[in-house]
Amino acid sequence: MRVRVDMNLCQTHAQCVFAAPEVFALNDDDELVYDATPADALRPAIEEAARACPVQAIFLDGD
Amino acid sequence: MPGRIAIAGAGLAGLSAAQELRRLGHDGEISMVGAESHRPYRRPPLSKDYLLDHDADVALPGTGELGVTWLLGQAATGLDLAGRRLLRGALPSVPFDALVIATGVRPRTLPGADGLRGVVTLRTLDDARTLRDALAGRPRVVVAGAGFLGSEVAATLRALDVPVTLVEPDRVPLRRPLGEQVGAIIADLHRAHDVDLRLGRRVSAVTGAGRVERVHLDDGTVLAADLLVAALGAEPQVEWLHGSGVRLDGGVVVDRHGLAAPRVAAAGDVARWPSAMLGGELIRVEHYSNAVEQGAHAVRALLGIADRYDPVPSFWCDLYGHRLRSVGLTGAGYELRLLAHEPDGRFLAEYHHNGRVVGAVTAGFLRRLTTYRHLLTKEHA
Repeated sequence: MRVRVDMNLCQTHAQCVFAAPEVFALNDDDELVYDATPADALRPAIEEAARACPVQAIFLDGD
Repeated sequence: MPGRIAIAGAGLAGLSAAQELRRLGHDGEISMVGAESHRPYRRPPLSKDYLLDHDADVALPGTGELGVTWLLGQAATGLDLAGRRLLRGALPSVPFDALVIATGVRPRTLPGADGLRGVVTLRTLDDARTLRDALAGRPRVVVAGAGFLGSEVAATLRALDVPVTLVEPDRVPLRRPLGEQVGAIIADLHRAHDVDLRLGRRVSAVTGAGRVERVHLDDGTVLAADLLVAALGAEPQVEWLHGSGVRLDGGVVVDRHGLAAPRVAAAGDVARWPSAMLGGELIRVEHYSNAVEQGAHAVRALLGIADRYDPVPSFWCDLYGHRLRSVGLTGAGYELRLLAHEPDGRFLAEYHHNGRVVGAVTAGFLRRLTTYRHLLTKEHA
């Protein structure tokens, strides 16, 4: 599974960090960092993160 | 999931319910009934980017791929619970096997200002267009109410260099949702950006020849104005449910699993649920993330696979280049501890209740906030 965040859209609302902390985090400068190839078991949490994103910047592809 | 699903309300919570239905493999009919003529869109930009930028995008992607029957432009006018159908005035009713109620809230209006042009509320995309068009004439603006919406509108208008008077009955802006000290910080932000902030005052009358010309405050002050934005909070849209058998008490009351009646769930701004964090006290939350989470939860409730609804709420609010963000429960009802307040406006506050942390709010200390989120999630589990 691949995860992509459109960093042109991202405004660091951090809703994804709340929904899927295993995949999304903030670095020391409060910028979003994420695991682009997470384990398939995390799919429900990532889907929740994608839905919760206020700017819909999170994309999932591949199974 | 039994056959036909109706969703009353075509906003974010309703959309989230439809998405969850499809995600869980429901291939039957989904009908969404909405008062507005638009498919679900993002409301948060309406008080921010949308007023600043004519190209601002409020679309929510994916509404075309859900196979939903859109019944837009006419709100549900009644619920026949025994007959399992939604009424839509003179239009054909909508039969269902299961229902999600997600009709949201409507803004409170200013009493006595009916019929005057230049008096506006801000809830819908059409409202935002009206407001944006009115701003083109560089009006003198009075904003009544310094809550989340009124404060954001004031900040956005200042970014457009529009003169703003902000009238708030309470001692500080946002005192009830964020507490006195945080409200005082926000008051200072408004003043630093040349908002004429009138605290402890309310609008008592609006006068003018066909349109607003003067706004009267309760201390006798008269403000010359071309536009009055009423940002006085909102009421759950439940009138259509009176007498239906669904329990109403400051919203649609649902049980711990999210059900308002057999095969009827409620979600989003309209729903009140017993909070586990507060020992079963009924709460209602008008924030984006709750609409997303509770919309999906409502569907799981209808399927009988829902855990207790027990979210960690969060919101954000953009003011003068600062983004306020919260997790958990915040408000004047909890003990507020201001942990940091920097000269540049950044701050961090936490809220305590019965000897433990129940929430936090920050501008600028975002990573600290994620720590609170993890803590609150663990405490819940």
